[in-house]
Amino acid sequence: MEIFKQTNFDFLGKKWPFIILSLVLTAAGLVSLAVKGGPKYGIDFNGGALMDVNFIKRPPAEAIRSALRQKISGEIEVQEVSNSQEALISTDVRDERALQVVRADMISTLNSAFNPQSGSKLDMNTAGQAALTDHLRDAFQKASIAMSDDQLTALVKRITDYRDTPPRSGLIRNLDELSNVAGVTPNILNVIKQECWAGNFTIRNVEIVGPKIGADLRQQAINVVLIALGAMLIYIAFRFEWIYGVAAVIAVFHDTIITIGLFSIFNKQIDLTVIAALLTLVGYSMNDTIVTFDRIRENLRLQRRGSFTEIVNTSINQTLSRTILTSGLTFLTALSLYLFGGQVLNGFSFALVIGIIIGTYSSIFIASPILIFWQDLAESRKRKRRTAVIDSRSRGVAKTAK
Amino acid sequence: MKRHLRFKFVFILVVILVGIYGIIGLPRSKDQLVENWHKNIRLGLDLRGGTYLVLQVQQQDAFNAEAGTASERLKDALGKAAVPYSDIEVAEAKSLDDAKNAAILVKGVPSTQAGSFRSVVTEQFGQWLLAPLNVTDYRLTMKPSEALTLWGRVLAQTKNTIDKKINALGLSEATVQQRREDIDSQLLVQMPGVDDPGRVKQIIQTAAVLDLYDVRGGPYASREEALAQNNGVLPPGTRLIGNSSPDPNTRGGGVYLVSRTPIVRGPDIRDARPQQGDLPAAWDTGFVLSQDAAKRFATYTGSHVGQRLAIVLDGKVLSAPRIENQISDTGRITGARTQEEASDLALNLRAGSLPASVVYLQENTVGPSLGADSIREGFIAGIAGVLAVILVMLIYYKKSGVNATLALILNAIILIACLSYFEAVLTLPGIAGIILTIGMAVDSNVLIFERIREEVRAGKTPLPAVDTGFNKALLTIIDTHVTTIVSCAILFLFGSGPVKGFAVTLVIGLAANVFTAVFVSKAIFDWELTRPRPVTALSI
Repeated sequence: MEIFKQTNFDFLGKKWPFIILSLVLTAAGLVSLAVKGGPKYGIDFNGGALMDVNFIKRPPAEAIRSALRQKISGEIEVQEVSNSQEALISTDVRDERALQVVRADMISTLNSAFNPQSGSKLDMNTAGQAALTDHLRDAFQKASIAMSDDQLTALVKRITDYRDTPPRSGLIRNLDELSNVAGVTPNILNVIKQECWAGNFTIRNVEIVGPKIGADLRQQAINVVLIALGAMLIYIAFRFEWIYGVAAVIAVFHDTIITIGLFSIFNKQIDLTVIAALLTLVGYSMNDTIVTFDRIRENLRLQRRGSFTEIVNTSINQTLSRTILTSGLTFLTALSLYLFGGQVLNGFSFALVIGIIIGTYSSIFIASPILIFWQDLAESRKRKRRTAVIDSRSRGVAKTAK
Repeated sequence: MKRHLRFKFVFILVVILVGIYGIIGLPRSKDQLVENWHKNIRLGLDLRGGTYLVLQVQQQDAFNAEAGTASERLKDALGKAAVPYSDIEVAEAKSLDDAKNAAILVKGVPSTQAGSFRSVVTEQFGQWLLAPLNVTDYRLTMKPSEALTLWGRVLAQTKNTIDKKINALGLSEATVQQRREDIDSQLLVQMPGVDDPGRVKQIIQTAAVLDLYDVRGGPYASREEALAQNNGVLPPGTRLIGNSSPDPNTRGGGVYLVSRTPIVRGPDIRDARPQQGDLPAAWDTGFVLSQDAAKRFATYTGSHVGQRLAIVLDGKVLSAPRIENQISDTGRITGARTQEEASDLALNLRAGSLPASVVYLQENTVGPSLGADSIREGFIAGIAGVLAVILVMLIYYKKSGVNATLALILNAIILIACLSYFEAVLTLPGIAGIILTIGMAVDSNVLIFERIREEVRAGKTPLPAVDTGFNKALLTIIDTHVTTIVSCAILFLFGSGPVKGFAVTLVIGLAANVFTAVFVSKAIFDWELTRPRPVTALSI
């Protein structure tokens, strides 16, 4: 099967509509960034607390917000994860001292608002292994169930492992489910039912970042991106000519700016994994550009007839089949990551999905035109110099004629 | 030609076997296979659950303490040398950035004594730089080289102490390291499997500085009363310690007037253990002093029988018992509520106190259920991605697609085996890196196949078409791979955490890809094209 046999599209003749589209996208992104006061950073760049809470039945976001507002002064944001009962609750942490208390505050407020059962029973869904072991040790002794410490630890580990594996994902709905766990006899289950209860939510992830380290990570991320771009520019300049390096770097810079702009327009957060995605895009777009440049260089060596523009256009056409196929396949893997990769990688795969499209088209419509532009400029300068030489010569002739 | 090819296939086979051995070892049963898999593929905190903490060492504490000790020594030295002064005080550093500026201010040294003052400082305080503020006042700051040594020592000591403390809790897999090479005040504590960092944080933070002081007066109900009783001025060489409390008889209540320097300090403790108390169900923490301290303590208690001794833990008076007879090397702290409390205190006394306090900058706890979900989702996404790619390759390139598929699978085996051999940790961004490698690995195959097609179109027969196709594509493949590896190297060098894990898998994947797409794929083509029944048309 072949989609493109020897094509001969005049890409460079139609470059202007695409360049204008790029400019429009860039401008839209920049306007959105300006209006929203910069990119929306995730908590790893901004500092803050993020808690991933999985509910048996998620209460409305407003209920969670208002419950937390009683104890926490900062801005509280509740984001509902689609296709699940999870909620991502975030709040800002203004200084390092708040870091100590915010976790405990959030958990205790959530408990009092959504886990109404009080008393000495332990919540099976929020208890850690150590707490559960301690709680059950005495209870088993009282019920005269003989168990060594090692046996108890192993049993608790089996119970929490059962709780934490999909499809339960950390939530036991009914303690009777535990009879599926190896070693939980009816006797043991009875004790567990007396001592524990199944609460309404579990806390799956807590991330608290102080503002100091947030600023630090942000600076580091920017540095890494800039250094990576610089290193690539040097490598390409070394392998080709320096203008190829500049063109490639401008193209990937264009991709990065548009992607960040789209993140701002879609109101998505930029965190560390998104930075990793941006860097992947830089690598990917660079990859694409180099394949085209390689072809241009090869065709220049073969001394094909035709102007520089024609050679570039032929090169783009020759690599088109590969470009479309590779982008398509990479797009497929990124798309599968976006669809099935889960909530943690959502931002990452979103960046890849849009970035692959932009990266592919930037090598054709941004990087290549820059080469031609430069070539034209160089030629016109040469021509000017030549005319200048002719001028002076004619003047010289005029002088001698005098 | 033939023998050459056979050698190539033997080499490829060896790579496959070594790879598979790296991933699952030599399993004898299904259980062993699973066990080896789990042993060889190390999961990061984000996939298996656990806690990591970033903390900042408040170096200024140590620098202020150092200046404090030196200022006491300076007072003694000046006294001995009969150099008068009106005041010596410590200008404390307030922030971390300021730590190295902790200074000693000496005021009121008569100008006639300036010479002898200078000689005392230069002879006995070599680590300090002396700068005159005016004719009678001076400022001593630590020499830069000394400050650097102290800084390094404080960091190393903090790291060791935290390491000791978390190891004593039974968290054998936990690690403490400097967060980044270039930031020398931050430590990263990683604790796989810890789902509640509360107790660990408590233990790290508890300084557990045990000091025993000579009691000179008290107890008083409050600081004000203590001052009033002493005519408004504290006697020289003393300080007030304790909490204001309405009833000085309650535990930990009451303010005491004690000697400025303790008789026994935290580092003098050689060992500490929880032990059964006198009352049933009561727990004590017993401690043993080092030889040197025991001698000092015996002399002191021998000559102070009948007087009080203040036991102070972290600046709080635990009790102030009367000395009944000479004590040499053992003591105990009573009043723990539970066995756990007694053993935590023992642990803290053993590990010693941190030379400086710590502040938490970041805390991340991944619940095991999230990790399990992430693994499952990453796995599904990976399988879906691979299947989609294979399907497209088979339809688009027919038989040559099989070739590419084999190369792809081999690529995955090499990548996972490398992770196992390098003992790299697989994180969620790492999984993303693997999935992306799949996408980019295909690129090499596509580049080669498109080149071969061009050659076939130009009228070449299969064998030369394949040879030229590979040769021409090779240059491009090297260029693209090197550029990506360059950017990954930068990510690895300057990035942190998730970004690093991503870079590692991507680099390994790309390196493996050059091997599979160029070497292996070519070998398969050659094998097909040099079979006895010559192929006249390529299936591509």
